[in-house]
Amino acid sequence: MSRFLTATVTTCVLLGLWQGYVWVSGIEPFLLPGPIAVFETLFARHELILRHLGTTAQEIVLGLLIGTLLGVTAAILIHAIPAARRIGLPLLVISQAVPVFALAPLLVLWLGYGLWSKVAMAVLIIFFPVTTAFLDGLRRTEPGMLDLASIMSATLSPFGRTVALMLHVRIPAALPALASGLRVATGVAPIGAVVGEWVGSSAGLGYLMLHANGRMQIDLLFAALFVLALFSVLLWLSVDALLRRALPWQPDSFAR
Amino acid sequence: MGVLPGTSPETTADAGFGLELRGLSVAYGARTILRDLSLDVPSGSTTCLLGPSGIGKSTLLRRVAGLIDGPGTVRATDGLPLTGRAALMGQGDGLLPWLSALDNVLLGSRLRGERADRDRGLAMLARVGLAEAAASRPATLSGGMRQRVALARTLMEDCPLVLMDEPFSAVDALTRLRLQDLAAEMLAGHTVLMVTHDPWEAIRISHAITVMTGDPATISLTLKPDGGTPRAIDTDTARDHWRQLMDALGEMA
Repeated sequence: MSRFLTATVTTCVLLGLWQGYVWVSGIEPFLLPGPIAVFETLFARHELILRHLGTTAQEIVLGLLIGTLLGVTAAILIHAIPAARRIGLPLLVISQAVPVFALAPLLVLWLGYGLWSKVAMAVLIIFFPVTTAFLDGLRRTEPGMLDLASIMSATLSPFGRTVALMLHVRIPAALPALASGLRVATGVAPIGAVVGEWVGSSAGLGYLMLHANGRMQIDLLFAALFVLALFSVLLWLSVDALLRRALPWQPDSFAR
Repeated sequence: MGVLPGTSPETTADAGFGLELRGLSVAYGARTILRDLSLDVPSGSTTCLLGPSGIGKSTLLRRVAGLIDGPGTVRATDGLPLTGRAALMGQGDGLLPWLSALDNVLLGSRLRGERADRDRGLAMLARVGLAEAAASRPATLSGGMRQRVALARTLMEDCPLVLMDEPFSAVDALTRLRLQDLAAEMLAGHTVLMVTHDPWEAIRISHAITVMTGDPATISLTLKPDGGTPRAIDTDTARDHWRQLMDALGEMA
C-alpha cells in the first residue's frame, strides 16, 4: 500500500510541476500542452487511441513470444552444439552491432506495412538480451550439480546424457538468468514495435503519434505516449509477477 | 605406496567388489596433481583418504568417478565396468533448489528416464529422519537436513560403490557427528571411498585410513583402526591413531 502511495504522490507532484510550468510560462499548447489538456484529449479520443493500442499491443506480445522462442532455441543450440557455437556466437554479436533502427526500412520493404514488419523489429530487438542471458545461465550451472548428474546418468549414451543434463539440470538452473533476459526484453520490445510503426505503417500508437505530430496535435501525441507508457509498465509488471511466481525457489531480496 | 590387503574383518555384508587404482596421474596444465598413485579399496568397507586441503583428494575422487581422464587404471575387483555402479556425494549437498526433497532423492531415475519409485524415495527420506520434509524445497531446510537429503539421494541410487567428497564439512560439529553415525549405519556393506581433511572423521567412520601428502600427492601412511564403525573417539586408541595421522600429515610441512 505504501508503495502505491509513493508512486501516486510522485506522479501527482510531477504532473503538478508540468501543469504549473505550462500555466506560468504561457507556452503554446502546440509546443507543450499541460497534463489537463492531455487527459481531456485522452478521454475525448479514447476510442481512437485504444484501437491503435490494440495494434501495437499485438505487435509487442507477438514479438515477445516469437523472440523468446527464438532466443531460447538459439541459446540451447549455441550451448549444446560446437558448430552452432562457432557460427552462432559471432552472428549473435553482429546482430546486436547492426543498429536495429537502420534495419527498420528494410524490414518494412520486405515484410510490408502490416503487422509482421513490426513484430520482426520487436523480435530483433529482444533476441539478443534473451539469448545472451539464457546462454550465460546455461553456462554457469554449478559444477557440483553437473558432476552428480553425470554420474547418475553414466549408463546413458553421451547424447542421452547431454539431453538429460540439459533438461533436468542446466535449463532449470538457467531459468532465473532467462527471467532477467525476459525482463529486459519486455522493457525494450515496445521500442521495436513503435520504431517499426514510425518507419511505415497505417496503424498503431507509433503511427498515431507520428500522425498527430505532423498535424500539431501535440495533446494527442502526449495522450498516445501516455497510453503506450502505461501499457509498457503494466506489461512489464505482469511479466515480472509471472516470472516471480514461476520461480519461487529463486532467492529474491533488495539491499537492507 | 599404501596397498591394503583384503577385506576388513568387521564388514557385515559384502558389496561385491572393491577398487584397484593403479598408476593414476592427473595434471591440470603444467601442474601435476597426482603422479602414479595406486590404492586398493577393499570390498564392503569404508576407506578414508585423509589429506590437507588442495592436496588432490577431490581430484582423485573425480578420476575414480570417471569425471576426468588421465593415465592409469581404475578397476573393479570383479572385473566389470564401474559405469552405473558408483554413486557420488559431494562437498556441497548438490541439491537442485527447484526440486522438493523427494524429487531430489528421485533425481537419478528422472535423469535416466526411468519410472521414479516414489514409495522407495519416501522410505529413504524416512530412514534419514526426513519423512515430513518430503515436499520441502532445499532452501527451507537446514544445512544438516540438506546433507541428510543428499545421503538419502545417494542411497536411493542403490550403488555398491559410494564416493564421498568431504560430505559433512559444511555442517556444525554436533550435526557432523550425527551425520557420521547415520552414514556409517546406512552405508554398512557398501564399498565406500571417502575423502576428508578431518582426522577425527576418518577415525570415526572408516575401516582403513590412507594419508595423502606431498606435491604431487603420494600416499604416506595407511592405518587400519580396529573395531566396527562408528567408532568412539574418546579412547586412548583413537587418540593414538589421531597422533599417528597428525604426524603423517605433518611430514609434508
